[in-house]
Amino acid sequence: MTSRYTFGGDEHVFVEINEEMSLEAFFKSLSMTNAVREANIKGVREICPANASYQIKFNPDQIHPDDLMAELKRMEEQAEKAEAVLNTRIVEVPVFYQDPWTHETLMRFRERHQDPNATDIEFAANLNGYGSVEDFIRAHSGAPWFVSMVGFVSGLPFLYQMVERARQIQVPKYLSPRTDTPKLTVGYGGSFSCIYSVRGAGGYQMFGITPMPIYDPEQKITYLRDFMVFFKPGDIVKWKPIQRDEYDQALADVEAGKFQPKIHDVVFDLEKFNKDIDGTNAKLLEGFHVH
Amino acid sequence: MSIKVKAAGLATTIQDLGREGYYHLGIPISGAMDRLALRAANLLVGNDEGAAGLEAVFLGPELEFTQDATVAVTGGELPPKIDGEVKETWTAIPVKAGQVLSFDYIRRGARAYIAVSGGIDTPPALGSRSTYAIGALGGFHGRGIQPGDELPVGADFQSKREGLSVPDRLRRQPGNPVELRVLTGLYWHRITEAAGKRFFEETWKVAPEADRMGYRFQGGTPIEFVEREQPFSAGSDPSNITDAPYPYGSIQVPGGTEPIILHRDAVSGGGFFTLGAVISADMDLIGQLQPHTETRFVEVDMQIALDARRERAKILEDIRTSLT
Repeated sequence: MTSRYTFGGDEHVFVEINEEMSLEAFFKSLSMTNAVREANIKGVREICPANASYQIKFNPDQIHPDDLMAELKRMEEQAEKAEAVLNTRIVEVPVFYQDPWTHETLMRFRERHQDPNATDIEFAANLNGYGSVEDFIRAHSGAPWFVSMVGFVSGLPFLYQMVERARQIQVPKYLSPRTDTPKLTVGYGGSFSCIYSVRGAGGYQMFGITPMPIYDPEQKITYLRDFMVFFKPGDIVKWKPIQRDEYDQALADVEAGKFQPKIHDVVFDLEKFNKDIDGTNAKLLEGFHVH
Repeated sequence: MSIKVKAAGLATTIQDLGREGYYHLGIPISGAMDRLALRAANLLVGNDEGAAGLEAVFLGPELEFTQDATVAVTGGELPPKIDGEVKETWTAIPVKAGQVLSFDYIRRGARAYIAVSGGIDTPPALGSRSTYAIGALGGFHGRGIQPGDELPVGADFQSKREGLSVPDRLRRQPGNPVELRVLTGLYWHRITEAAGKRFFEETWKVAPEADRMGYRFQGGTPIEFVEREQPFSAGSDPSNITDAPYPYGSIQVPGGTEPIILHRDAVSGGGFFTLGAVISADMDLIGQLQPHTETRFVEVDMQIALDARRERAKILEDIRTSLT
């Protein structure tokens, strides 16, 4: 992979690791941004890892743009030698697929959709060759997902499916974006799943909703008291399909301050993963099965 | 002390110089769109330059003071009135307890900055009082101000500053026609040479969709892309890329039709190509553009961008000097 370096105005360096998404590109983004953070370079103000690129915001009064770019290129040589091993966590996120709220919303925006006669999930299931929505949900919730970018709006995770490319779900975005999306909608666009952290505009297909808040500016939710944003790049997610009664129960638990996301610490090794994807995923998910 | 909001104006928000360090989590930099104007307003009333003030868009609010204070209004030409009497902009104005600050119609620009001695003293969120409404963060309970709100104001220890004024030549305004200097880069290679040339040759107009997230422009020729097979996960439209971070000031052209300059509350990333970014020295000007304003994009290099940045810093330095 040859990275492409470019300036974004006089305050940003943007580095495209690859035009296309891959776990390799994401890992390089993560290790590069970690290295930049550790290097503590004077004038660096923001460090943003992303799917297959990263961005550094800097103050050009403190470091000349050319000097920063040269420094980043030097660091890339070192990062390339680093092992693609990540100490991270896997989080179980409950999803109520085909819930009434995203359904109501998607019905309001049918004229902006490729297939006005199907729901978003029916469209996605059909497009990806699944015989039924149930089969599609099994695929979406079967393998784990990497949080490969956090952004767009506050705390919104982009998630990348941890299977070989041939098995990856791919769904186009809406023809033109909706003006409304329920908060905590589980969405899909291109080869990324996402969780809408706040209510608002959106162009991703809507598959369901999670009862688990992931952004709380008031920091009242028990597990968001220390920090208002739940996800960070490098987290791994396992979707857990739930029904209405479990959804209602989870909501009540959140309200009562009793809800705790299920989380396990894991070590992810990209090389091992590439050698045995299903085996690696099964090991990652072990923690959730023993309970 | 506090300020009682009697009328909110169109979209008045509490802003300081912004929030840093959380962009990688999708939390934008926020802060005043015209930071030079906010700094000047704060200097006029004896505040720290980065104190929180109010950003009013087109239409000013109506505010009642519960104690004596000094106020200043800078940025776009939105004449302040004290109990109905018109006062100067870019000038320190004494206000007595019980008096009401209101505004005349906007004469020029789009955003005015209202500083109050002591500064607006709402609780900071992630190191800033700036309002990020989409994320319900900062500001007054995470939103713009509304009638009935009582805005807390910090302690004012300054001596009298009545009559202090920023000299005319330091009141920075967009030119006519407006020129915004652009450093090409990012995904510039995605568009054809002819399209790139036209982008800078044509005159664009500010679209009605122009707010704290971004400024949209219309009237130019749709942009042609260099043909390619779209990369995996980039999406099918030629203006799509694999979702990536967006720099503050970057220019995206969804579908190749209308350029959008991302501003202080913009989404932090997404799947549209960007052709470059407006230089940091010109970002403040964008917040003062009204819809339909004719605008030219001017291609510059890094050296010009850095020189312009120094010139802008010099204006601020001159304002500081003129007020001490």
